[in-house]
Amino acid sequence: MLRSLAVLAASSLLAGCNMVVMNPSGDIATQQRNLIIVSTALMLLVIVPVIALTFIFARRYRASNPDATYDPDWHHSTQLEVVIWTVPLLIIMALGAITWISTHTLDPFKPLSRLGPNRPIPADTKPLEVQVVALDWKWLFIYPEYGVASVNEMAAPVDRPITFRITSSSVWNTFYVPALAGMIYAMPGMETKLHAVMNKEGTFRGLSAHYSGPGFSRMNFGFRSLPAAGFDEWVAKAKASGTNLNREAYLALEKPSEADPVRFFSSVQAGIYDVILGMCPEPGLMCVTEMHQIDRAGGGGRASEENRKRLDYDNRRLESGTEPSGATFPASGRPPQGSVQPEGMDPRDQTLSRDGVNKPKTEPDQGQGNALPGADRTPAPAQLNTAPPQGR
Amino acid sequence: MFSNIDLQQLVFGRLTLEAIPYHEPILLVTFAAVALGGLALVGAVTWYGQWGYLWREWFTSVDHKKIGIMYIILAIVMLLRGFADAIMMVTQKALSVGEAQGYLPPHHYDQIFTAHGTIMIFFMAMPFVTGVMNYIMPLQIGARDVAFPFLNNFSFWMTAGGAILTMLSLFVGEFARTGWLAYPPLSGAAYSPGVGVDYYIWSLQIAGVGTTLSAINLIATIVKMRAPGMTMMKLPVFCWTTLASNAIIVTIFPVLTATLALLACDRYVGTHFFTNDYGGNSMLYMNLIWIWGHPEVYVLVLPAFGIYSEIVSTFCGKRLFGYTSMVYATAVIALVSWLTWLHHFFTMGAGANVNAFFGITTMIISIPTGAKVFNWLFTMYRGKIRFEGPFIWVMGFIPTFVLGGLTGVLLAVPPADFVLHNSLFLVAHFHNVIIGGVVFGLLAGVQYWFPKAFGFRLDPFWGKVSFWCWLVGFWVVFTPIYALGLMGETRRTQHFDDPSVQPYLMVAAFGAFIIMAGILAFVVQLLVSILRREQLRDLTGDPWGGRTLEWSTSSPPPPYNFAFTPVVHDLDAWWDMKKRGHERPAGGFRPIHMPCNTAMGMTLAALSTVLGFALVWYVWWLAALSLIALIAVTIRHTFNYHTSFYIPAAEVNRLEAQRAAQLVGRV
Amino acid sequence: MHEVTAPPGATAPVFYEQEEHAHGDGGTLLGFWLYLMSDCLIFAVLFACYGVLGRNYAAGPSGAELFDLKLVALNTSLLLLSSITYGFAMLKMEEEQVDAVLRWLAATGVLGAGFLAIEFYEFAHLIHEGATPQRSAFLSSFFLLVGTHGLHVTFGIIWLVTLMFQVRQHGLIADNQRRLLCLSMFWHFLDVVWIGVFTFVYLMGATR
Repeated sequence: MLRSLAVLAASSLLAGCNMVVMNPSGDIATQQRNLIIVSTALMLLVIVPVIALTFIFARRYRASNPDATYDPDWHHSTQLEVVIWTVPLLIIMALGAITWISTHTLDPFKPLSRLGPNRPIPADTKPLEVQVVALDWKWLFIYPEYGVASVNEMAAPVDRPITFRITSSSVWNTFYVPALAGMIYAMPGMETKLHAVMNKEGTFRGLSAHYSGPGFSRMNFGFRSLPAAGFDEWVAKAKASGTNLNREAYLALEKPSEADPVRFFSSVQAGIYDVILGMCPEPGLMCVTEMHQIDRAGGGGRASEENRKRLDYDNRRLESGTEPSGATFPASGRPPQGSVQPEGMDPRDQTLSRDGVNKPKTEPDQGQGNALPGADRTPAPAQLNTAPPQGR
Repeated sequence: MFSNIDLQQLVFGRLTLEAIPYHEPILLVTFAAVALGGLALVGAVTWYGQWGYLWREWFTSVDHKKIGIMYIILAIVMLLRGFADAIMMVTQKALSVGEAQGYLPPHHYDQIFTAHGTIMIFFMAMPFVTGVMNYIMPLQIGARDVAFPFLNNFSFWMTAGGAILTMLSLFVGEFARTGWLAYPPLSGAAYSPGVGVDYYIWSLQIAGVGTTLSAINLIATIVKMRAPGMTMMKLPVFCWTTLASNAIIVTIFPVLTATLALLACDRYVGTHFFTNDYGGNSMLYMNLIWIWGHPEVYVLVLPAFGIYSEIVSTFCGKRLFGYTSMVYATAVIALVSWLTWLHHFFTMGAGANVNAFFGITTMIISIPTGAKVFNWLFTMYRGKIRFEGPFIWVMGFIPTFVLGGLTGVLLAVPPADFVLHNSLFLVAHFHNVIIGGVVFGLLAGVQYWFPKAFGFRLDPFWGKVSFWCWLVGFWVVFTPIYALGLMGETRRTQHFDDPSVQPYLMVAAFGAFIIMAGILAFVVQLLVSILRREQLRDLTGDPWGGRTLEWSTSSPPPPYNFAFTPVVHDLDAWWDMKKRGHERPAGGFRPIHMPCNTAMGMTLAALSTVLGFALVWYVWWLAALSLIALIAVTIRHTFNYHTSFYIPAAEVNRLEAQRAAQLVGRV
Repeated sequence: MHEVTAPPGATAPVFYEQEEHAHGDGGTLLGFWLYLMSDCLIFAVLFACYGVLGRNYAAGPSGAELFDLKLVALNTSLLLLSSITYGFAMLKMEEEQVDAVLRWLAATGVLGAGFLAIEFYEFAHLIHEGATPQRSAFLSSFFLLVGTHGLHVTFGIIWLVTLMFQVRQHGLIADNQRRLLCLSMFWHFLDVVWIGVFTFVYLMGATR
């Protein structure tokens, strides 16, 4: 009785909500949704009878039922055993086949083969490349094709394949736009890829789905799916916003902060993404790729003290005085458990009003938060940290 | 002046007065409650002069039954703590939507979800399962104790030491803010430089030693100490699941120990196993921790399956259907559990072949699990089902767990996992299998075996109230959480932007209070049953019409369990004995060889806990001192060769005569 | 066996065993063997880490540059020899010769201490050269793998000395024989692990 009431309440709740995962807008997410439905249906083939039998048997063979057969020594039946093992086996074989195929077709590293069901990619379409960096606690999107960048908002033309190259600045995060496609980790010093396409226009919610420190809950961004013209406008708006994403600007940006407003960079220093990926945005640091090269060649030799100093990525944050993502007592200098705000975090009484996306506190057109002095527009060489002569 | 500071650092490490959260109202109240409760308890024990009794009969006891009960008490206490965390989490979530910020800042909230996960797995579920295994398994195989009784006591106190260290973090310093598996680089020294992760590491290391040793102990017991005639294929199913579960523990806890040791090295010594720089690899940690973490799920759920099997066959008055296939299913689950860990991070980008492989191995586990469910069903078929306290949990378990399995297989399909991973759907899934599978099983086990341990049944009315609150509460909490996951909401968030999620969170919070009512009803049930113990008394030792050997002895069993070791001729040995008209031996008792009590387990565990505390706070002198003491006391202990004694025949005679009188008095 | 309780009826089976059987101590050896297997898994994790991180030199020195194979060969032979001397101690234990057992144990302990001394020297030398555990992931995993083995040997020696006292005090009683057997398994286990370390870390490290 109580249980059926609960089920009733639950199902009425389910009816009126926006389940973006079950109702996505991108082809990849739609295929993933279909997979959920097919798998569920396959499993219900065995689960419904099991639950039904549980109650039927429980009712029929209750001790107070004088009509039921009681057979205390019946404990084996080869035919039944065969059925018991075969039915789940068959279902899992079917599911396993689906899994193998779908895992390969929906591999996020694999370039898209279609825009949607029966919609091949036009021959002249070039995928939009977006370089994504998860920062403490905001998202940076770099558009190498257009030379612009944005924070906490990204845009893409509808029906144009997107290639995401994803990394992180300090700790792990997950890049996730539920309406577009499944998530993938953003990991420091490493790159993951995601290929996806959005089939509908609109503004969708993007987020980090992997806990990354106190600002994590507000690490959301807006994904704007625009018509081609609208996307060009969006790029133009970014272009007009006036600052350059160079190393200084990046180093200022990567300091921990929370619920950041949307902002744009009109130009991007060449190779900045590779530097971020190489964890060497600070001048003088050795990039990961260079370290790997040296390691593949057999290491830097005994006299490699110089290299050692140039590889200290993690501790520079501690030394620079910005609070690390998970700083706890006593390192943070705050009393334990306290309601004192960590550095880089907005006070709790701030107003955050969004409808599913980070609504900017000021209009994004005005080029927020770019009062960075000395922003220079000259492009830097791709390899920004030249290596000193090696010890070997 | 400076030398003062140096001296302070030398003596107290990084421990300062600031570490005591006296300015935090929530903690202050908690501390006051704990302190008052503790004082009341200490006062009561002192008033009634029970310290000696507690010390002699419980703390230093090597009796597997008493250790089992202590494990379960520890688990219930930690359940209350972990559940308090859960209530705080759901209420914070329900209150922190849109403009509202709730009452827990991230700094506090993040510790709560970390502590909730850590405590519920390591200090609630693990001690609970270990406690039940400890109490029941030796009785079921007709043994007098476990293979290494001293080690058993030591294991318990190590687990308790870990729990104490975790609890200490509530009042001195703080707990980790990293999630319950403390992924680096977030948990590394550079990003979590405080004491939180250190508390986490040392609590788990101390408890982990206990768990590993206890698993070795229980395996040796099953392999070496079965009653004559009990071949492996006559072993009760619960013992089989205990064996499988402990075999998994022995293979995975060393991995956890090593992994946490590496993390500790990164944090304390500055090595680079999991750092971003100097060639460290955080993905390695992810793999290692889940090589422990996934089989851990089966460590918990297999014994629960065993409990259900015992209860189903007992209350259906029928031999378990498909015993052999049940045993093989258990073995297959245990074996395959080692090959599925990667499904916890399909989204790391391992490539389609690897992901598909681990997705399919995960699904394979559902085949033997499905077979088990069918076996329970066909045990009910043509049975005579009595819907008593323990059995109703099975009725709640089967539908709940099967639906949890459904969502689990969904999560095993890598592309589906890409949209569900880390979401609240995942949170709902694992609570579905852990509450619906493990917790229901353990609570059913308590209802089932309580009369064995204490000689009277639990009050059936309050048991039913507790069951319905748990079952209804569970679905009221987790149905909306499943839905939120499908709405793209993720786990571990302290705040929700989208105001439309609030109704769901409110319902979930309401459900959590229903579960709380279930826990309270359980506590009430214990109290009511103690008060009404004379009405609920069971003198037969076999209140449910049991089938396995634990029901052949008195309730509670004598210290030596069995005056004469039973000889087993059939599966369901006690059923067989009853059927074929056995007779209790009335005389000819011999002195019984038993292990001596010892305070050594508690001493060693206390020293380990002090060592852990000293390491957390960088109090190096204390760490060195306690480590040396630990080694010295261990060595000293090995010089004690007199670890056993004989219960005189006269004493056995007296106890057995008492039991005979009880049995006669009943008729 | 008039004491055996037999239910009425000739075919009824025996349900209780009335003779007290001494609990054999086979349980201890099984339990200790299980412990060793769990320890083995700790080493397996450390080996796996070395396998993953062993070439991450962080632009620093590699094994080929750092390892002194002659020293390690000497070290290895000391440990292998100590396994042999322990074997002799066990043979003498079978013959119940307390003094001979003690002598062979002492020899084992001395060889083990020699092994530790050389390892300590090697570590000190590496650290002095700047090849510290903090230098690179390769060195972290190297130091931890080899160091954990060294720690085991240290505890083995402490145990061995303790046992020598106990054998002298109580002679070769059953308890002590069992303990010597356990330590024997432990000592040989460390030998086997060291062969793995020598092969995978030193030989393969020095040649690549």
